[in-house]
Amino acid sequence: MKVSMIVNGSERSGDVEPRVLLVDFLRTNLRLTGTHIGCDTSSCGACTVLVDGEPVKSCTVLAVQAGGRGITTVEGLATAAGLSPIQAGFHEEHGLQCGFCTPGMMLVATSLLERNPNPTEEEIRWAISGNICRCTGYMNIVKAIQHAAAAGQASATAPREKAAAAAGGE
Amino acid sequence: MATEVHVHGRIGQSIKRKEDGRFLRGKGNYLDDIELPGMLHMAILRSPHAHARIKSVDTAEASKMPGVLAVVTGELMAQHKLAWMPTLSYDTQAVLATDKVRFQGQEVAAVIAETRYQAEDARDAIVVDYDLLPAVTSPEQAKAQGAALIRDDKENQKDNHIYHWESGNQETTQAAFAKADKVIRLHTFYPRCHPAPLETCGCIADVNGATGKATIYMTSQAPHAIRTVFALVTGLPEQNIRVISPDIGGGFGNKVPVYPGYVVATAASLLIGRPVKWVEDRSENLISTGFARDFHMTGDLAVDKDGRMLALRVHLDSDNGAFFSDAQPSKFKAGLFHIVTGSYDIPTAHVTADGYYTNKAPGGVAYRCSFRVTEASYLIERLVTNAAIELGVDQAEFRKKNFIRKEQFPYHSATGWVYDSGDYHKAMDVALEQLGYDEMRKDVEARRKKGEVTGIGIASFTEVVGAGHGADFDILGLRMFDSAELRVHPTGKAILRMGTKSQGQGHETTFAQIVTEELGIPAADVAVEEGDTDTAPYGLGTYASRSTPVAGAATAMVSRKLRDKARKIAAHLLEAADEDLEWETGRFYVKGSPDKAKTIQEIAFAAYTNVPEGMEAGLEGVHYYDPPNMTYPFGTYAVVVDVDKGTGQVKVRRVVAVDDCGVRINPMIVEGQIHGGLAEGYGIAFMELITFDADGNCIGSNFTDYLLPTAVETPRFELGETTTPSPHHPLGAKGVGESPTVGSPAAYVNAVIDALAPYGVRNIDMPVTSDKVWAALRAAGVNE
Repeated sequence: MKVSMIVNGSERSGDVEPRVLLVDFLRTNLRLTGTHIGCDTSSCGACTVLVDGEPVKSCTVLAVQAGGRGITTVEGLATAAGLSPIQAGFHEEHGLQCGFCTPGMMLVATSLLERNPNPTEEEIRWAISGNICRCTGYMNIVKAIQHAAAAGQASATAPREKAAAAAGGE
Repeated sequence: MATEVHVHGRIGQSIKRKEDGRFLRGKGNYLDDIELPGMLHMAILRSPHAHARIKSVDTAEASKMPGVLAVVTGELMAQHKLAWMPTLSYDTQAVLATDKVRFQGQEVAAVIAETRYQAEDARDAIVVDYDLLPAVTSPEQAKAQGAALIRDDKENQKDNHIYHWESGNQETTQAAFAKADKVIRLHTFYPRCHPAPLETCGCIADVNGATGKATIYMTSQAPHAIRTVFALVTGLPEQNIRVISPDIGGGFGNKVPVYPGYVVATAASLLIGRPVKWVEDRSENLISTGFARDFHMTGDLAVDKDGRMLALRVHLDSDNGAFFSDAQPSKFKAGLFHIVTGSYDIPTAHVTADGYYTNKAPGGVAYRCSFRVTEASYLIERLVTNAAIELGVDQAEFRKKNFIRKEQFPYHSATGWVYDSGDYHKAMDVALEQLGYDEMRKDVEARRKKGEVTGIGIASFTEVVGAGHGADFDILGLRMFDSAELRVHPTGKAILRMGTKSQGQGHETTFAQIVTEELGIPAADVAVEEGDTDTAPYGLGTYASRSTPVAGAATAMVSRKLRDKARKIAAHLLEAADEDLEWETGRFYVKGSPDKAKTIQEIAFAAYTNVPEGMEAGLEGVHYYDPPNMTYPFGTYAVVVDVDKGTGQVKVRRVVAVDDCGVRINPMIVEGQIHGGLAEGYGIAFMELITFDADGNCIGSNFTDYLLPTAVETPRFELGETTTPSPHHPLGAKGVGESPTVGSPAAYVNAVIDALAPYGVRNIDMPVTSDKVWAALRAAGVNE
């Protein structure tokens, strides 16, 4: 069946079986492979995307359920001008190692700072508690989110050119 | 004359990671992100039973399902002599079962279809008829009279025993025990757990029918070794096999072995002539791939009346699952477990180990550890704390009294290791100071008087990492050297390739920094590439904390080779004699005339445009580094816990971790590694468990049962450091990634045992869950 949604600001549509998961639609049909699959039980959060601004585990949502909604994936965080404050925070504070959980973590953090621009450490830890990281022990993920919060940004989509330049290369 | 030169990215600088950019943008290139033209998908049918004879496999219905191209059975694989494969421990393992299934989750058949959804639909339509057999789920059952014979496929296998292995000296150990004033015994089970990297294992096999070239993308920590194993298993010529490890979403040992799915996908691609992708789901990962630990250990520590350690005796029974496919150096059947004398000057020791087949998943790997060092460190550190409790002495003082002293290095241990360097007293002192140990001890006493249950745990681990020395360490005969190839381009930029493979450790940054240190090329100008066997020099891969000790050393050595050539080119350019030139990071200058100089970039350009007569052009080289010894990182961890008497819940209040890994190349990355290992150690100590019911059903087959720490329960870590350089590593560096997983479980559990010691509790097997703590308190008559 036909499904259509706004993904990272652009209307995207496809023809899928009703049983196709949102994560598979994003990864396979749209080739947005930044959204990862880490488990099949909504436990790990690697597949987290924002649906109308709310973090959702896309392995537990059918693509058709997302019809007409606005989806943000990791590919939608940076703009032409550079990385978002959350992305810059993860780079500056070494908030990622293997990078597999990173997209989900950053989207949850983006949503958190939209709601609560100045969270406590406890609030940060609870906010990311649906997302598992096996590499960092969470210490630097917490710092990365604090870094973004301290940067005083309220809008999670406004890029900061300086941070962008720092993380520009591979 | 030389001045300090500031080149970005030298050793000791916490530069930000070069690899971050693509991951932050969702542009990492993980296995499942790769899509090849015409690619098919494979789904594996697995056994629901732990032990059963296969009567029939009916694929008729499955073959007719939409999108299905092939259904592969054990019988079909057997026709191509691929139903079995050799393991990394010189055993055999079924690729697809033909006779029996020997563990729940074992591979029975595979479907190849146009989409993953179709492949899984058809997989569910395969009908297998089984005759159930009794399941053996522990070494105790495996060795019992009349136990079901698991490996009846092996001609000379009459029971479930795999190996007996010994280290140390039985005679001198017995003699020392005879003279002991006290013997402290600890029997403890280090349960089965799983590395559970967030990305599961998988591959894409792409066999080109026209050229015969097999390109296999694989989540592998050791792509070169895999290529050679594949050549041996399939008979394909090795130059026609290309293994590519793309970005890897965590490994922790889980991505070292060769899994049946890799072989089946490759065979299917060969058969069908199209690329075949296979990616495990989480349950497949947890129930069938490389587990860790599962050691039943008994340790006896002999001490004299002054509290001096006299001797150590250890026996362990290892539960290896249905096939002996441990990933470890071939000479060591129980890995490097015989490092079990740890940080202590114990004059004599005797270690015995027996391995057993059980109806459980095979593939013992070192979950963030150097081949079973974690089990060894756990046993000795638990035993030492229990001894201190039994002797009524302070656990820190007891350790210090028995530590190997720094003047004893290089230290020859009772089980044959030669520890390269250490200063255990210093690391202990730094940890105690950082914790405020004396005050904390008083605080614990005060709290106990008020009825609180609280304790301090210490672990002073010694790791042994960075295999090999090649003469002692090999995998299937492949000596455990590693390699680096460095090419400096005419513009002074460079590419470095190694036989290792990062899984998140930050190799692209750390190894660039070694080139920066040795050649003065800024880290930003050094591209680091790993994982493609067609382009990278041969190496044994990344595990057992060996990348920095071995490939890092190779990188330093190849850089120095290039510097030697650069000196000759600089001498030519400056019209000076080689020996009249001085090196400072990034340039050669004429002694006494620091203004007469050539930078490494100028020299690189000349290497392609203006070399001295008779010299080969170019500035590139390769180095294969065979380390003279292992490196021995160490440290002291101290943990404070509070136990809720009513619920048995343990709350970790403080974690102080002092690590000595020698010279730190990028301190930020080192600290990140330590954080991660301390969290995984927390998970192992308190949460993570793969267990089985009486029928051999795996309990812990998904993340709702196999519990991993989240940000909420993971403690905050306080790090400290001391620096004792490795005397034999070219940079003085040692491995570090695994130290925190090796050291911390004992520290966490020792804290709980210290808290419960007043109630007579001396052991709780991991994971130390609330119900076990509550039961221990209940048994001690504590009610609340």
